[in-house]
Order: sequence, then C-alpha cells, then structure tokens
Amino acid sequence: MLILSSLLLFILLAAARDEFQEELVIRPLHSGDIYASFQFRTLWDTDFLQEGQKVSHYRLFPKSLGQVLSKFSVRELHISFTQGFWRTMQWGQPFIPSPPGAELWVWFHDTVSDVDGNWKELTNVLSGIFCASLNFIDLTNTVQPSASFKPLGLGNATDHRFLRYATLPREIVCTENLTPWKKLLPCGSKAGLAVLMKSEKLFHSSFHSQAVHIRPICQDEQCSSKAWELRQTLNVVFDLHTSGQGKKEWSLFKMFSRTLTEACPLASSSKVYVDITDNPELFELSPATPLLGQAVVLGDRRTYSVYDLIMPTSSMVLSPCALGDMLRPLLHAERYVAGFGLQTGEIHTVIYNNHPYRAFPVLLMDSVPWYLQLYIHTLTVTSKSRDNKPSYIHYQPAKDRHRPHLLEMLIQLPPHSMTEVTVQFERALLKWTEYTPDPNHGFYVGSSVVSALVPSMVAMRTNFTQDQPLFSSFVPVKEESSYFVRVYTEPLLVNLPTPDFSMPYNVICLTCTVVAVGYGSFYNLLTRTFQVDEPSPPLSKRLANLIRRMRGVPLLT
Amino acid sequence: MAALQLEKQRGRYAALAIAAVVIVVGIPLWWKTTETYRAWLPFSEISELDSLQVHALRPSSRQNHVCDSIGSAMIYNRVFDKADLSLHMLSESSCGSVVVYVIPESSTLLPEDVKVYVGQRRTALLRSPPFKTSWNLKEVLSNLDVEVEQVVSTMSFGHQDIVAALSNRVRMTKVTKESMADSMRAIKSSPGYEITFSLLNPDPKSHSLHWDIEGAVQSYIQPLLNKLAPIANFSVDSQILYYAVLGVNPRFDNSVSAYTLSADSLSHVINPVEARLGSNAASSNPVLNFLLYVPDAHHSPLFIRDHSKRKVPSNAFHSPRWGGIMVYNVNEMYGPEAERPVDININMAKVMGVFLAQLRLMLGVQHTHPPTGFVLQSPGSAGLADWELDRLLWSRSVENIATASTTITSLAQLLDQIGNIVINDNIAQQVSSAVTSLQSAVAELEAGNLAFALQYSREAILASERAFFDPSLLHLLYFPDDQKFAIYIPLFLPMCVPIVLSLLKIVSEAKKRRADKQAKSD
Repeated sequence: MLILSSLLLFILLAAARDEFQEELVIRPLHSGDIYASFQFRTLWDTDFLQEGQKVSHYRLFPKSLGQVLSKFSVRELHISFTQGFWRTMQWGQPFIPSPPGAELWVWFHDTVSDVDGNWKELTNVLSGIFCASLNFIDLTNTVQPSASFKPLGLGNATDHRFLRYATLPREIVCTENLTPWKKLLPCGSKAGLAVLMKSEKLFHSSFHSQAVHIRPICQDEQCSSKAWELRQTLNVVFDLHTSGQGKKEWSLFKMFSRTLTEACPLASSSKVYVDITDNPELFELSPATPLLGQAVVLGDRRTYSVYDLIMPTSSMVLSPCALGDMLRPLLHAERYVAGFGLQTGEIHTVIYNNHPYRAFPVLLMDSVPWYLQLYIHTLTVTSKSRDNKPSYIHYQPAKDRHRPHLLEMLIQLPPHSMTEVTVQFERALLKWTEYTPDPNHGFYVGSSVVSALVPSMVAMRTNFTQDQPLFSSFVPVKEESSYFVRVYTEPLLVNLPTPDFSMPYNVICLTCTVVAVGYGSFYNLLTRTFQVDEPSPPLSKRLANLIRRMRGVPLLT
Repeated sequence: MAALQLEKQRGRYAALAIAAVVIVVGIPLWWKTTETYRAWLPFSEISELDSLQVHALRPSSRQNHVCDSIGSAMIYNRVFDKADLSLHMLSESSCGSVVVYVIPESSTLLPEDVKVYVGQRRTALLRSPPFKTSWNLKEVLSNLDVEVEQVVSTMSFGHQDIVAALSNRVRMTKVTKESMADSMRAIKSSPGYEITFSLLNPDPKSHSLHWDIEGAVQSYIQPLLNKLAPIANFSVDSQILYYAVLGVNPRFDNSVSAYTLSADSLSHVINPVEARLGSNAASSNPVLNFLLYVPDAHHSPLFIRDHSKRKVPSNAFHSPRWGGIMVYNVNEMYGPEAERPVDININMAKVMGVFLAQLRLMLGVQHTHPPTGFVLQSPGSAGLADWELDRLLWSRSVENIATASTTITSLAQLLDQIGNIVINDNIAQQVSSAVTSLQSAVAELEAGNLAFALQYSREAILASERAFFDPSLLHLLYFPDDQKFAIYIPLFLPMCVPIVLSLLKIVSEAKKRRADKQAKSD
C-alpha cells in the first residue's frame, strides 16, 4: 500500500513537472476574412540556467530547443516567421503581432561574456532547427534596442547589452518552416488541434505567421520557483469571402480541409474559442455549445463560444455566419519611402492615435541598414502640423559594413491625431560583391516597431489565474487601465544605385585597349627607322598625270 | 646610306631593349602580383608519416610489453595467496602494462582445472607448469614463455585489434569476419559522444509511460562513462517521443499469437524514426541513439526474430555506428478492462542491461575469446576491466593516428596537385602542429604511455581536420583558367605581337646578312 501510494505520488509529481495546453481561437473579421489563431503552451518546472545542474531529460519540452537554451544561456527567445502583412485597419489587432519575414529577439543570461559570439552561433543553430535563412543574421542587421523590447518573462533585466534583435524582412515562409515547427509539438500533427495544420491550406491564405516564444515565468502566484514556458503560436487569416462565392459562411473543413475529433492525449486542456462578440444573435454555431466565455483582450471585452475537446463530444463542424462592426484600432502605423532619383530619399513613418480623447506615449524603434545613410539632423516629428519634440531619443549611428542605424524615440501622441516622423537619407554605393543576386528588385528595410501602453476602454484583469485563455495571457498586464500593444509597419523596399555587373570586365578590356594603343604607338616610334622621302606630287598633278597616261601624252614631272 | 643603316640599327636595338625589359621586368612582375599565396608545408615529413608508422608501431610496442610482463614475473616469482585486489595494491601497474603472477603448480588459490585467472585490473595469475628444481631462473622463464605469451595476447592488444582499428583506413588481407563486424560496429573515434535515450510511445492514448531515466543513467550508464572518461567526453540526454512509429508494419504470427519483426525488415525500421529524433543542435559530436519502443496496444506483443526465425531473447537489435532499438512489450501489465491510458512504469534494469551491452559494442570494447583453462573475472559495476580500457585506449590511439595521417597526407597531395589553392599561414601552422602531434603520439605509443598517446593523437586529428576543412582553401579553387586568359588577352596580345614580329624580323635579317657575308666570302 505504501509502495503504491508513493508510486502514485511520484506519478503525480512527474505529471506536475510539465504540462501542455492547446487552444484555437477563431474570429470572423469585419472584412469577411476568418482569423484563426493556434496557441500551444508547454510549461516545464525546471531551470535551464541553474549552475552545476544539467537539464538533459526531456518529456514534453522539445529536446532540440532545450539544448539550445542551456548551451547558449538564453533567458528569453522570441522567433517568428510571417508571410504576408497584417492589415491592422481592416483586421484589428492580432493577439501576438509579428513583422513580415523573420524576426528574432533574444535576451541572454547576464553571465554570458561573449554575447555576440553566442548570438552568431545561436542564429546558425536556429536556422538549422527551423530550416530558415537565419544564418544571414550578422552584426550588420543586429541591434540592441534600449527600450522597445523588454523581457516578457520573469526577471527585470534592463541591461540591453544582453539583448539582440534582428529581422530578415526578405525571408519567405513556407512548408519547410512549418514542418520543423510542428515537430516541436508533443503530439506532432498526429492528434489534437495540430491535425488541422495542413500546409497547402495554411499557405493558401492572406496572412500566415508562426512563432515560438520561450521565457521563464512564475510557477504560481507567490512566484516561489521558476518554470519555463514554450508558446508556439500560429496565426492564419483565410480569405473565405472570395474563395467561398461571397457567402459569409465558414466551417473548419472549409478552412483546413480537416475536422477536429479529439484532443491531444497529452494536453491538460484543449479548447476551441469562437468569437461571437459581433452580433451574437446572427451567429449560428453547429454543433451548439452551452459554454460561453468572456475575456478582455487588447482593451476589448469579447464573448466566446467555448468547445472543450477533452470532454467527449461528437466530431466538430462549425458553420456559422458572421456580420458586424469592428472596433477601430486605437493605434496604427504605416511607413513609406518618398523622394526621387537614386541619390537621396526620405523615410516617412506615420502613426495614428485613434483614441477620441486620450493622449498616450509610444516608443518608435527603427533599424535601418547602413547603406541608407540617415541624416539625423533632418529628423522631424510633427503632429497636427505642429512640431512634436520626442521626450527621449536614442540614436546609434551606423558603421559602414558593421552596424545598422538604430533610432528609438518616445513620442507623445495627441488624441485623435496623426503623427509623422520623417528622416532623410542618402543611398550608398555598394561594392560589387555586396549586391544581392537580384539587385534591381531593391533592398528591404525591416519594419519599424511601435510599442505602446494603450489606454483601455474596459478594465483589464491584472490578477494571475490559471484558467485564463492562452490568447489573453501572453503579455503580462501590469495595470487595469491600459494594455500593451506592439504594431509593426510595412517593411520598405528601397532601390539602390545598381551598376552594370559586366563592368569589371569592360573596365579591364577598356584599360587594356588604351594601354595597348598607347604602347603600340610608342613602340612604333621607338623601333621604326625613319628616312627622308621624296615628297609625293600634289593630288591635281597626279590626276593630270593619270589623264595624260590614258591619252598617251608624256607625263608631267 | 650610312645614316639609314645607323637608324635601322637603332630601331633594332630599341626593339631588343623593349623585349628585354618585358622579359626581365614585366613578366616577373606580372607573375609575382598574380601569384596565389602558398605557405610552406612540411611535405617531406608528411610523406615519411605515410609509409612509416603503421609498420613501426606494432612489433615494438608488443615486444615492450612482453618484456615488461616477464620482468614483473621475475620479481614476483613467489607463492602468492592473495586476491586480485591486494595484488593490484601491491604493484600499482601503470596504464598499458600487464602484470603476470606465476603461482606454483600445487597452489590451491585457483581451482584444479583453471590454468590462468585474469583479474579485473591489469593482473593475471598463471599456474606454472611443472619444472625441475635444478633449472635456473632463465630456464624456468623460458619454460613459461608460451603461457605468458597466451596471457598477454588475451589481455593486451594483438593483431585483431590493429585490423579493427585500421579497418576503414588500411585494407588488410587477413580479416576474420567477426573482427570485421566488430570494427564496423564501433563508432568512429571522436573527442566526444552524445548518447541519447529515446522512449517511443506510438500510442499515448492507451499507454502513459513512465521511466526513471535519470536514476537509470546514474546507476547503470554513468559508471561505465566515468571509466571511459580518458577516451572521450560523453553527454547523456533523453527524450520521450509520442506518435513515433516504426517504418515497417509487423506481421501477425498465428503460431505464437504475437506480432513479429523479421531480421530482414529491421533495416527499414530506423529511417522513419530517425526523422523524429531530432539532431543535436548544441554540438557536432557523433550521436549514439538508444530507442526503447513500446508497441501500441493493437500491435502487442511484438517480437524480433533473427535469421533462423527464432525469437531474440533480448527483443532488441542494434545498427552499427548508429545505436540500438529495444522493443518493450507492456500488454501483459494490464487487463483488457483497464482504464485508458494505463500508467506503466518501465523496468529500467531490464532495459539498461540491453542498452549497456549495446553501448559497449558501439564504443568498440571487443569480445575476448580466452583459450581453454582461462577464467576472466566479470568487470563488475564499471562494466569494463582495466585491461580492456587499455586495449581501447590503444586501438583508439592507433585509429586516431591513422585517421590524422591519412587526412594530412591527402591534404598534402591535394595541395601539391592543385596549384590554384591558396595556403594561408594558419593552415600551414595547423598542418605542422598536426604533424608534430602525430610524431609525438607515435613516440608515446612506442614508449607505452597510452594516455599521452591518445591525447596527442586527438590533437593531431583536431588540427588536421581544421586544416582540411578550412574554407579559405576553396577561395580560388574554382577560378577557371579560360577566364584568366580572357582577362589578360586584351593586354597581352597587342603588346606581344609587335615584339614578337620585330624579333622575328631581326632574326631573319641577321640570317640574311650572314648568308650575304658567306656569299661574299665565297
């Protein structure tokens, strides 16, 4: 009996050590598109960075990522791969924002001495794990933002020497990135919500973003011990309006060409939320669910129909239709390049505050490659056609071929306003080996990042509860009256002066010819023998002689 | 007329002077500025390495040890009635040597029919054959020679080990099938190994498996790894993979009412599983995988059959240089009405016994076949006797030396053949450090210092591979010759044509003048 109970205790302890949750949120968007957001969370009560103790026995947490964390002393890691651009004005705020292309930011543990070396090696290893070209991240596109990227997990590290941030706006995301991402899930794509992830459907969409977030969090409310959280998120926006012959009807099968039958047997919770906030009476969900849930997300109270897959249900087919109005996003930003010619230009970043009566500060971060030489004295910030002086500016100038520009500003946005930030730049002439294989396509400049605490219309929940849905618990909420939002602008595509690439050979040929011509005449001059010659008779005399010869008359002399 | 002749002479001199300048200054200058940088390499030493060492090594070291053991035997040629351990304490034998104690024929220390007892450390007890009391020491020893030779060949490295160590470097004629299999099984020598234990649970809905891998590694694997620490660094980790299936569908056998995997189909098992295992992201050392497969409820029990259709008692198999797979049936642990998923604790002693045996094979601990009358003491908790470790050290050093020297010689050959390759100073430095390490490894091995020999040979491998795989070697390798000519022709053609023509003209004029002179003199 004793043995049995101790065995049970052991099993319970082992079960408490790690935990897996999965969740799918479906939100019909105002534009007629359907937003599906998957979140998978693995919690593990262990500490990778503890001295002297090596973590080497994995259960639910993927071994490859665990090894990376402990080898490179990573405190926090956020990586996202996105195809397409999130249209904030049409779709609202995403649960977890990400810029187009690949984004990677990592907080290293403060015992790391060679952060740059670790970062280089880490990007190489990650590019192997995710089959992505993260190995193109080097010092020329890595920055250390001073304020925009604070750790999201435990520990209030503020020394940004241990932070590295890089984006690859050019990165193309496809199936080969999704497969390794799915492999990190304990159930793979064999059971649970991940069954829905069929790549030909997922990539036939307007927006696709997959991400991995790893951070240390508290195990409980008292925060007596640390746990590691791995969140894998996948966000897709399906354009069913055009592909579904204009009907505002959708079903899981239509979107994913699969249906849900069961939860992953390893998951402690497995839920599907359907957002029915906009006009609940117009929704028809089949099968109907008695469960309704409410959550405050991004300053908005939403109502959800909840399906719990752990409870035995029949196979799920949802086919509701949706209509309704959308809350206008309070914060929105866009960016473009102005100017003409190939010498200079101007970057415009426009930030909108749509709040009717509240002003709030935003942090704008811009990382511009060195080959656009920013003229920082031309930096102007105007809102409501008046000069708006940023209260904090952190500018790190670029070093050619070593480091990009980093510009961070804290700007106060007046209520209901449009703020424009402009800065002029000059395009550098690259060395001929530095051009990409298709230089006339242009060069990408990563999105700028606007981070803000936006005043909330409804009270946010600040307490820490377990049963909160995953999508509302990613960013820790510190105060009731505001919520954290990060908005990414469009990446820029800038044309640089591009030479003709057969130029080196042409130059060689031309120089050689010039040298050869010069040398030839010089050589002739030196080696020819000169002798005095009889001056030849003038042309008129020769002509006259020609005629005379024909006539048989004696020639002139 | 004379002025004209003078002028012509001046033109000739000018042409000759320009040709001279081009040849004396221009061509060397061009050669010098377009030359690829090639640092000096110790080619002669490298070529010496290639032919010498394998021959030089074996006999000398072997002889050394025979002498050594005879010397020891001479000193302790008395009656000993102490156990292995106290013998070991008595003479702390150094790494790589073997001490043979000779006990009189009448001694009761060993049972009647046991002629030789091989201990856990580097000692052996030898029952002396009968000898006359009138013999002097030398005669007694020569009488013992055959037995001592036998003991040494059991405990020390012999021909088989060399064949095994060099099998993938040197082709030898006298290779028994078994030693070939042994050598193929053992994973290549490397400074470190990653050992990964994976529990494959294809059916998490029916089985909830628990394995105390941490404790099992501590108590079964770690002692062996501690013992092997001088050979390489080992790191051990484990993972549980769900929904991982084997690549083949086992066949149901009615006669035993069980599913079976035949030996022929085993080769198809690994590949699909391997995709799930995940490579080790944090290091580039070779990985040894040990997979524990718990078949799903619908395919249990599952048994592996060998070529003669018999059930394999351990229900496990291994793949050379890759790792091992064991099938662990759990269907008897619960009844049909048990609530799913069933909690199952895996008996780690049973599993680790199999994996430990496989690990020994992978690491190249060879089977010893003692002659009759020999008794080998079991290696105990460490799983490895001292003399086995010595053998391993020795064969690893030889393998490393062979690998490093082939790497270095082939690199030297390559660099010698292709003149386009840039040889930077750091490569030259790596090459010469590899050569010196190799030489010292050979010297240490001849002196019998196995630990040092292994260390030097490892350094040699590291340096040689770093030189061989240096990316700077590739920079100009693919610069084709026709491009080079395409670039130089616009310069060289217009320059050389007038020079060559005027030289030809000068030569023909000189010939004509000589002919004129001859005609005149005639």
